[in-house]
Amino acid sequence: MLKKKSQITPLQILVHVGAWYPLLHLGFDYLTGRMSINPIQEIEQHTGLAAVFLLVLSLACTPLSTVLGWREAIKRRKALGLYGFAYTVLHMGVYVALDFSFLWSQIWFNIVNERYLLVGTLAVVLLIPLAVTSFQYFQKSMGKNWKRLHNLVYLIVPMAVLHYAWSKKGDLFHLRGDILYPLIYALVVILLLALRLPFMRRLTSSWRRQLTTKLQKILARVHQPPKAKPSFVNDPSTPPQEGETTGG
Amino acid sequence: MDDPYKSVPIRSSEITPKSLYLSRRDFMKTAGAVAATTLLAACAPGLATGNLPTPTGLSVSQKTDELGDPLNSYQDITNYNNYYEFTTDKQGVAPLSANFKTEPWSVQVYGLVANPKTYAVEDLIQKFPPQERIYRLRCVEAWSLVVPWDGFPLSNILKEVQPTSAAKFVRFEAILDPKDMPGQNDPTYPWPYQEGLRLDEAMNDLTILATGLYGEPLPPQDGAPIRLVVPWKYGFKSIKAIVKIELVATQPATLWDTIAPDEYGFYSNVNPNRPHPRWSQATELRLGENKRIPTLLFNGYGSEVASMYTGMDLIANY
Repeated sequence: MLKKKSQITPLQILVHVGAWYPLLHLGFDYLTGRMSINPIQEIEQHTGLAAVFLLVLSLACTPLSTVLGWREAIKRRKALGLYGFAYTVLHMGVYVALDFSFLWSQIWFNIVNERYLLVGTLAVVLLIPLAVTSFQYFQKSMGKNWKRLHNLVYLIVPMAVLHYAWSKKGDLFHLRGDILYPLIYALVVILLLALRLPFMRRLTSSWRRQLTTKLQKILARVHQPPKAKPSFVNDPSTPPQEGETTGG
Repeated sequence: MDDPYKSVPIRSSEITPKSLYLSRRDFMKTAGAVAATTLLAACAPGLATGNLPTPTGLSVSQKTDELGDPLNSYQDITNYNNYYEFTTDKQGVAPLSANFKTEPWSVQVYGLVANPKTYAVEDLIQKFPPQERIYRLRCVEAWSLVVPWDGFPLSNILKEVQPTSAAKFVRFEAILDPKDMPGQNDPTYPWPYQEGLRLDEAMNDLTILATGLYGEPLPPQDGAPIRLVVPWKYGFKSIKAIVKIELVATQPATLWDTIAPDEYGFYSNVNPNRPHPRWSQATELRLGENKRIPTLLFNGYGSEVASMYTGMDLIANY
């Protein structure tokens, strides 16, 4: 396969540095004695939060690209998703190995009886095939099934957020207790999923067209003669790029 | 029977010199400050939780409990608190309660007693000099600590007020102060916090009212100025910031068995064989050591308390 020599972009650097940051922060805190009284719980919580955050970001890539016309966002989707999976594995590993010392019967009891653990574990199970098939080889060889399989993220990410919300001492549905951050995540995920509905897509693209026209008029008034259209506006006539999917 | 809680002489070689542990602490603090300024704390809300300073006059007679489990540090005990009156965030309690006013404070003892009394806390401490009691604290959430409390047996007070023959239970009530306790504005919970014991449980020598910790006055986050400690029951039974003790004839309602009776029973004796409906109670995460250890029936105090439950089904009466 021929591949153009890729150029490293600032966004790419941000994604990789940002994704390593939570782990480095934990390592730093550990080495400098800044961990809380319950370091195992702290590692669990922060790897979990990093996982949810990265998975939500990966879900944001397609709307950022299609709605805001930020074409590069979609190219970072895979890395964000894989980093999210890596933190998920770390998160579960800490629970199983550090917190529960591989006491499988207790781990099993807790998973089947505690709703936040059940929904979280199911999310991990569903995420595994997505991570495995994230290589380009599968993307090519699976054809349409790849897209079908990866549509599972629309289920997995809300499950991950629900796991996060339910793990907190609050009531998400009655807006009581410790729910502020889970609530923000839930609202963002709802928005990101809503933007994928055909009706919302029509709406946002018509807004974009109107906004483009308006901006062009304003620019025309400011600069004379009128210059080219603003650079951030995406031309809907360009064909989808590699890695971009229309359904997402 | 030998008193297993009597202090065992400890060789001076085993004690870390104060200057050494203080300098160690200073190092940790400095490292913490450097870390806090180097990294952007804002990137992860809640990650950087600074501990409050430790008093310098800590004193304790031994380094372990009677099972040989090491005591948790003052830092551990005072920065990791389940105290929903302030917040459900265990590490948020200490800063939020720092200015909580605990004096003047009085405890009213009344109900089915011959001799009702209202005690000022300072008078109680005068009257019943605090003893050091090193107890394991097993939270229902499956974590635990070893705490050197200073307190006196609840029975001291009960003997003074003289429960009548009709008195069968003791009801405890904590302070209601939503202005200074932000968590009490959460309508999920029927404030004030209430707890209860059977009269024989309340009279047991292990049951104490604690007013101190490590030889220092109890800090607000640990239930100042006066709290119950019932070491063979899950931690939530040990009600904090008590203002009322009432002798009653019938089993009193408690905050937790009002909200979730299927999860938190009246007895709530530590029992590894009776899982919480949502999680196993077979093991616990011992903080400080950060290792998971088997949970003991009655939290290891069976020889002192099991006789009170002879013939009782401990699974049904959770």
